[in-house]
Amino acid sequence: MSFYLALKEVWRNKGRFLLIAAVVSLITVLVLFIAALSEGLASANREYIEKLNGELIVFQEGVQLSTTASRIGRSRIAELRRVDGVAEVGQVGFASAKLVPASGDGEFDVSLIGIEPGLPGEPAVFEGQQLERSRSNNVIVDEGVIARIGAKVGDTIRLKVTQGTDEEFYDLTVVGLTDRRQYFFQPAVFAPLLTWDKIRPQGADGQPAGELVSNIAVARLTDPSNLEAMADKIEQDVDKVEVVDRQTAWEAIPGYAAQQSTLSTQQFFTFFIGVLVVGGFFQIQTLQKVAQIGMLKAIGLSNWTVGWTAIVQIVTVNAIGVLIGAAGTLALTANFPVTVPIMLTGPTALASVLALLAIGPLGGIVSVFVLLRIEPLRALGMAQ
Amino acid sequence: MIALEAINVTKIYGTGVNAVTAVNDVSLSVNRGEFIGLVGPSGSGKTTMLAMLAGLLSPSDGQIMIAGKDIGRMKEGKRTKFRGKYIGFAFQANNLVPFLTAQENVELLLRLNGKYNRQGRQRTLDLLTRLGLGERLRNRPGQLSGGQQQRVAIARALIHEPEVVLADEPTASLDTERAHQVVQTFAELIHEQNRAGVMVTHDLRMCKYTDRVIQMVDGRISRVIADRAEILRLAGAADAMDGHPVPTNGKPVLAGDPIAAVHGI
Repeated sequence: MSFYLALKEVWRNKGRFLLIAAVVSLITVLVLFIAALSEGLASANREYIEKLNGELIVFQEGVQLSTTASRIGRSRIAELRRVDGVAEVGQVGFASAKLVPASGDGEFDVSLIGIEPGLPGEPAVFEGQQLERSRSNNVIVDEGVIARIGAKVGDTIRLKVTQGTDEEFYDLTVVGLTDRRQYFFQPAVFAPLLTWDKIRPQGADGQPAGELVSNIAVARLTDPSNLEAMADKIEQDVDKVEVVDRQTAWEAIPGYAAQQSTLSTQQFFTFFIGVLVVGGFFQIQTLQKVAQIGMLKAIGLSNWTVGWTAIVQIVTVNAIGVLIGAAGTLALTANFPVTVPIMLTGPTALASVLALLAIGPLGGIVSVFVLLRIEPLRALGMAQ
Repeated sequence: MIALEAINVTKIYGTGVNAVTAVNDVSLSVNRGEFIGLVGPSGSGKTTMLAMLAGLLSPSDGQIMIAGKDIGRMKEGKRTKFRGKYIGFAFQANNLVPFLTAQENVELLLRLNGKYNRQGRQRTLDLLTRLGLGERLRNRPGQLSGGQQQRVAIARALIHEPEVVLADEPTASLDTERAHQVVQTFAELIHEQNRAGVMVTHDLRMCKYTDRVIQMVDGRISRVIADRAEILRLAGAADAMDGHPVPTNGKPVLAGDPIAAVHGI
């Protein structure tokens, strides 16, 4: 009976219910877009760190886990490698450069990441080969670069770097392609650390003579089961370093936490507005139907049936809106260019859709209570 | 055979100094196949009485017996179920579900009582056709006139074969001609189907279709007219006044005794 009445009313008043379903679908689009933007921005920020093939990240002590401020020299790397439980350590350096396409038009920023071939920090390639020699001009590029310029193994790419006050160009050979490894919103180009050190932007005075300095070190452990204890041990054994796991490292990326909390707040408020809109709609509907519900109760419909009818209706209309909105968002996000930081992953989409499906019951709960409290006598105007 | 019986029923609203006795120690019974008119001025307690007979209101004292059960003592959930099975209703307004067709509105009671089957559907078609709505089965209430809506309501009140059929001012929104048609058909169906019918009305002309007229004044039964000739005389006198009782003795009729005002007794 509940399904019969609920769905009949929806079907016979398609215009009215489609309107609220359309509002729900727009709210869905908005919530999913914010979720996708949040995920996309987060991913663009942390992708490389997140996918690192080492469990612990070593920073210089006292730099608040800032990759740009941190400096880790060769001598410290040697100390790190001697710590019991550390299997391998690789130096990683970050810099920015401009990649100039062969046509010369549309140059774009890339993260130029220096890594030690064969050590933690070097990404695994899905095509081509890993970097082999420390001083070669070979590089690995990620999917962000591939998507922009269609880079293939064997291609030569040109990087533009400002050295002092001069612009210099470096031609490098692509030997491997890796999956998306963006860092700080830029697609990544991986070069051997010595090559990186040579071409990275430097001040007017150039690189001071001395040991090879990177920004961080990545440590792979023989037993990754207790990261915290191992991080403490490394900090005890090696002077002036701060050791954290990958998640702590990416959460410390400048702006990351602020950006994520801003987007979460937006998402929450959009969700909240959705609850109010749906709640308002069904509340108005309920108030318009007081006499009708009173009559139905008088002729024998139980409170249970009346309540279920309302819930079935709310859930159905809300679900239709959410499904339309979700399908629309998926279609839209699938067609966005790779340069737009929109990423709708399965778990993110699922979590958002489940939350949106709760909008209806949450919003409609007040109207259900109002329905349950309707007295037939009063609704029919027979009360004294 | 008695189908509906009220035994010493009293209804008091409020408590202490604010207590108002709406119905005061009223007893009445309605037999199967009998149709009674419950009349009286505003505030006489007839609507409260009908609400108690319908199981929509519990009496403060006394019993309301339908099908051997005292519905006044039932818990709300059980009473709602009982209403759906044993009582048929026709209200003065808000009678039909606006998004259901005429046929679906009537069939609602069959669904509610688990009688929605081929025979039930055929009975619905027959009843609506009998009521002159054979061409309007798929029309929704908004596409029907007031009289047609009221006839659908009558069909719905009878379709599930209840013990008792109650109507609260069923002609309130109808013109005179339609009102006569509706009540006449209602009375015919009650007699044919052997139900017990009670109709609350202000319009004394409609009493000519009833078997007995019970007038309430100040919460009590003030007059019962069971004689057919007397009922027809009452209705005729009301008809001569175009249905509107006028004060013949200087007393405002709505606060006094409508039968006396119309009938001169």
